[in-house]
Amino acid sequence: MISIDLIQSTAETLMDKAAIEIPQDYLDGLRATAAVEDGDLSSFVLQAMLENYEAAKEDRRAMCGDTGCPRWYVKMGNEAVVEGGPVALETALRQATASATNGVPLRPNRVHPLWRTDHDNNVGIGAPEIEYGFEPEPGQWIDLTTVHKGGLFGTDYRMLFPSDGIEGIRRFFLDSLVAFGKRGLACQPAIIGIGLGGSKDTCMVLGKRAACLRTVGDRNPDPEIAKLEEEFKELGNSIGMGAMGFVGKSMVIDCHIEVGYCHTGGMQMSVHAFCLSSRRAVARIWADGRVEHRTDPDWFTPYQRRETVGWSEAHLEAAE
Amino acid sequence: MSAPRKIALSTTPTPEALAALRLGDVVYLDGTIYTAREGVYMRALEKNANIPMELPAESAANFHCSPAASINDDGTFTLGAVTATASFRFAKWIGPWMERSGAKLIIGKGGMSSADYKRDFVPNGAIYLTTVGYGTGALLGRGVQSVKAVHWNEELGLAQAMWVLECSGMGPFIVASDLKGNCLFERENAKIAPGLAAAYEGTRPAVLKRYGETDDRTDEVI
Repeated sequence: MISIDLIQSTAETLMDKAAIEIPQDYLDGLRATAAVEDGDLSSFVLQAMLENYEAAKEDRRAMCGDTGCPRWYVKMGNEAVVEGGPVALETALRQATASATNGVPLRPNRVHPLWRTDHDNNVGIGAPEIEYGFEPEPGQWIDLTTVHKGGLFGTDYRMLFPSDGIEGIRRFFLDSLVAFGKRGLACQPAIIGIGLGGSKDTCMVLGKRAACLRTVGDRNPDPEIAKLEEEFKELGNSIGMGAMGFVGKSMVIDCHIEVGYCHTGGMQMSVHAFCLSSRRAVARIWADGRVEHRTDPDWFTPYQRRETVGWSEAHLEAAE
Repeated sequence: MSAPRKIALSTTPTPEALAALRLGDVVYLDGTIYTAREGVYMRALEKNANIPMELPAESAANFHCSPAASINDDGTFTLGAVTATASFRFAKWIGPWMERSGAKLIIGKGGMSSADYKRDFVPNGAIYLTTVGYGTGALLGRGVQSVKAVHWNEELGLAQAMWVLECSGMGPFIVASDLKGNCLFERENAKIAPGLAAAYEGTRPAVLKRYGETDDRTDEVI
């Protein structure tokens, strides 16, 4: 059984790490982008961001004053048992969110949409979001991932159709970058996540997870989709725009595409931008008390992308 | 490639100091700054509440921001990162606010339109400073020496309250409008616009249109 106290204390640590420490994969990606940026103002912005990451770590201060909307992705091994059950788990994650908001401190962003009520702790109706995944991998473990994604700009959805084709996908990708890239509203350069298919809600979920739960440099296992990811990264960096919408070429640190089976007549598309403060932190907690911290959520496993009715070890071997 | 000029500026700046600023200059602020965004604007301008500060004597610098901060049980403050919020949403309040507050520096994310600058900023002798990134929350947090006060916290919550911050060398900010109402972001948009057509080659507009849709890429969606 996995200790509930250990889940809560680890979750508090994750809130702190996500807010303060830029993940290494994003940092490496930004450094590579900064090295080739030649726009005066855009370059200045990227250098200031690199200094900002150092300042955050030195001071143990959040990278960005806008905490975004803290949320949780929980993944459990098939054999995992949590002390107190799922209700205790959700209580621990809500408690950790509230404690860290006060402790780091983070900005209490979450308010009621109509009454603007603010509990000053980033907890409220439906907040933080907690999403779940499961894995056939043996052992009593649970993965906690917290993501604090910005909440206002850079994301869009469109109902496309098979006749729109790749040309239509390309157009909506560019439209989203240009619309939200101006004045830097998308806080680019960003990890751009694209969801294709599913239904409207799952398409949004896929795109958001593509942006937030895959690391820079990771490629979709479908070689044709992987090629599209490379193409879109290059395309996004060739529109003449850089950080803050200034002249430059830094828009996309990486592009990730995730797909889900959709209605035969449709081709839903969503675009999400995970910003210059790509806040994500992950830990695996074991029943024997071990805690392993990392920054790669490793969410999109062969099991998460499965196409078959059932699942067995044979499927895993085939997928690999 | 040339590095931008770096300039120290008071939060109660003289007209001469503002006149010397050029679009794209990098500015670091010294003095008192206060946060005010939709909550403060609505309370001060629509509910006519008394502003709990002497403005602009104490500060002529209005920051569109709410810091990542908490109020401790003993009444002291813990302040971490400081990052702006997008200013274009506050256009309808900014003219009346300047008249009421005498603000000369509006600081936020992403600037406002040149129409806003010409209508409200130019007559009031004010300019716009944008935060950088976005956002350099830790660097700006370092520039805050102390939290002098928090007003309207009970009424508006921590994120919308009026935070009064004492700053030293707080920055970087970028000059995004000048006293004539020129707009840095629109200047950059205009430079980028001619090249967009090439990027759009090999694309096609969606079969299903949406209300309010534009294919004019010189447009902004704000």
